[in-house]
Amino acid sequence: MSLMMRGLLWVAPGLPAALYWLWAVQDVLGANPVEALLRALGEWSLVGLCLTLSVSPLAKWLRKPQLMVWRRRLGLWTFAYVVQHAAVYVVFDMPGLALVVNDVLQRPFIAVGLASALILSALAATSYQRARIHLGPQRWQRLHQGVYVAAALSMLHFYWMRSGKNDFADVWFYGLWLAVLVGWRLLRARG
Amino acid sequence: MVIPWLGYSLSALISAVQPMGSAKYVEFVTLADPDVMPGLRSRVLQWPYREGLRLDEALHPLTLLSFGLYGEVLPNANGAPVRLVVPWKYGFKSAKSIVQIRFVEQQPRTAWNVSAPQEYGFYSNVNPQVAHPRWSQATERPIGQGGLTTRRQPTRMFNGYAEQVAHLYAGMDLKRFY
Repeated sequence: MSLMMRGLLWVAPGLPAALYWLWAVQDVLGANPVEALLRALGEWSLVGLCLTLSVSPLAKWLRKPQLMVWRRRLGLWTFAYVVQHAAVYVVFDMPGLALVVNDVLQRPFIAVGLASALILSALAATSYQRARIHLGPQRWQRLHQGVYVAAALSMLHFYWMRSGKNDFADVWFYGLWLAVLVGWRLLRARG
Repeated sequence: MVIPWLGYSLSALISAVQPMGSAKYVEFVTLADPDVMPGLRSRVLQWPYREGLRLDEALHPLTLLSFGLYGEVLPNANGAPVRLVVPWKYGFKSAKSIVQIRFVEQQPRTAWNVSAPQEYGFYSNVNPQVAHPRWSQATERPIGQGGLTTRRQPTRMFNGYAEQVAHLYAGMDLKRFY
């Protein structure tokens, strides 16, 4: 595979974010651009998480172990989307860090979002081989199982968000996707 | 944003129709035409969309029946042909594309209150002091002023109409009657 092709595949997952930032700058995101940007980045984070967790089952099912390289790549991109989502909230949505702290302490929906982001940052920070050697394979594995906790917290964050409009169709969609992925892993663990 | 509506106070219509003394609330029913409203397929709300006001709120001079804005006839998306404008309440209280107005004795079951009662109260007055279950209502972001970099500003009690409407809620616990 050519270097350019490899480079393109590496940056491709960033395309949705890039488009949304471009549209934000062009001010074509409608009457409430901050909300549109925040929600798009949030939803793409969730898509990223589901895709990341889909890599392993897909690689096994298609018998293509070379797909596994996408696991870390998508995982890191998911983290990048989560960081942007949080950044839009802190920088553009809330007028001051004091209000953000207040929100985290008083609003469980924000707190679980933050908790999920913190777990994902620990995973991102330890995603390379160096960390695996340093921690030892068992501790590393245990730490990275935290992704399931992060997924559950993200779904709770998303569900609480959508209950404001009594609009759960998307919650069902991602919930089902994650349930299938977790279910597959549980079945494999049973043997 | 500040919108130049075209219309008249609902109180003029109410005086003309002379409701009975037993009328305590006014209920507004919105058009529910599936031919032009694909959103009706959604189950987020029960259709037709219903809204309501207490009679004194409906009689307040600031409650408008509106037929246009910015000098133009009301477009479909803004609630053609006739809509309500209740400027001290959250926007969904301003019933749009009204096809029926009823005077009733019991507090009407309004669409969002039916859909998510812990989130949407009957009154839904703009109130920075009462938080929504999941976020604060103390600040707001104005529309149409700078896109992404529009900063939030403090929300004003009753959306800035406290002087005109606060008396309607004297003695009411607005945390309970949100």
